Amino acid sequence: MFALSHVARRHCHLARKVTHMKIVVDYDLCESNAICMQIAPDLFEVRDDDFLYVLNEEPGEDRRGALEECVQRCPKQAIAIAE
Amino acid sequence: MSRRSITIVGASLAGLRAAESLRRQEFDGQIVLIGDEPHAPYDRPPLSKQYLAGSWNEERLALTKPEKLAEFELDFRLGVRATAFDLASRRLTLDGADDIEVDGLLIATGARCRTLPGTDNLDGVFVLRGLDDATALRAALDAGPSRVVVVGAGFIGAEVAATSRQRKIEVSLIEALPQPLGRVLGDEMGAVCADVHREHGVDLRTGVGVEAIEGDGRVERVRLSDGSIIEADVVVVGIGVIPNTEWLEGSGLTIDNGVVCDATCLAAPGVTAAGDVARWPNQRFDEVMRVEHWDNAVEQGGHAARRLLQSDDEAEPFTPVPWFWSDQYDRKIQLAGRIRPDDDMSIVTGSVEERRFAALYGRAGKLVGVLGFNRPRHVMQYKTLIQEGASYADALAADL
Repeated sequence: MFALSHVARRHCHLARKVTHMKIVVDYDLCESNAICMQIAPDLFEVRDDDFLYVLNEEPGEDRRGALEECVQRCPKQAIAIAE
Repeated sequence: MSRRSITIVGASLAGLRAAESLRRQEFDGQIVLIGDEPHAPYDRPPLSKQYLAGSWNEERLALTKPEKLAEFELDFRLGVRATAFDLASRRLTLDGADDIEVDGLLIATGARCRTLPGTDNLDGVFVLRGLDDATALRAALDAGPSRVVVVGAGFIGAEVAATSRQRKIEVSLIEALPQPLGRVLGDEMGAVCADVHREHGVDLRTGVGVEAIEGDGRVERVRLSDGSIIEADVVVVGIGVIPNTEWLEGSGLTIDNGVVCDATCLAAPGVTAAGDVARWPNQRFDEVMRVEHWDNAVEQGGHAARRLLQSDDEAEPFTPVPWFWSDQYDRKIQLAGRIRPDDDMSIVTGSVEERRFAALYGRAGKLVGVLGFNRPRHVMQYKTLIQEGASYADALAADL
């Protein structure tokens, strides 16, 4: 059982790599803690109006690691990746 | 390094993020995640804010979606407490379940609240750490108390005071130090926090201790060291936490105000620790620290998990710039770095008067911290400078 499902997960991961990532922010949840901006300043910016702006909604695959870190470390869990 | 299984003790933020991180590292083996609470992993920061205010329900606290959990294929054991571990035999003893022989072990058992002696059998006295604590306190606030006395004006105490005021409940906030958070922020910035509380109608009393909490079966009054008495039907005690390490006594691990780890979060071969329970030398600040912040639990959970998959040669030191936030009233207070009350301090943007500013802290010519009141962008940009090892002078001159 384990082996099969692990194959499935790997497959899923491979399949993901050819699709495009899209950043989805739930602005009702976002409280502009700006941790995403520190991790990926090329993707996120909190401006002086204290609102978050997404600078690049569809980043390349090379930004997946940084984006996943943003998702994990957002204190409000306001960031998601749509594929 | 190949491992057949990793056991994580503690299913809150650090433990859960560790498990997720292992799967993202393509770890294929078994992951056992053990949590002593009956609840699925939930987020704690909202407990003193949205949940206590009554605007969020329990469902919104979930740290992860059930389908996400399923995807990670965890051997998830809720409501199970680890009671002992033996390093030599690698045997983990569980309460109410069979022992496990562990391969990799990640310890993330967190911390629990300190309590005031003599209050165990008194109704109406609360601490706030877990969901059950918050549910009980929320019910007490729902009952419409005439006054809440909060003992300790640290971050939890300050947030409980703020949420209670938001609910139009009278609040007395008692702090033994001359200023709230004085030991963290220094007295000058502590005084700003004090002003914010008073502006919101909190009866803040500083430099005074609690002599006794009195009542017949339930709390009726709090007696202070200056002889004054405050009538109260709810008391919330927020005087710090103790790391949960008792179950590791005699395990062969070194315990000293937490699980003592090396710079890479390794406590012993194949054993790491993360979150509130872990104490390790953070080489960036040349300081042995135990950090109780949300963000540290996430980061260290991931680091300690990866460490279990690495050889000693591959391992990297864990050198974060600690960071946290606290929402009080309409202010977002954020602090990044590691500051001491006697550090140099200078406000670089905004002003204390408008309650919107960023202040930098320097020590021995180095930028060591940034404090923001409603200045998230600045806090993060200066946090990056701390990470880059900027001098205090350069940070002061930076035009951010």
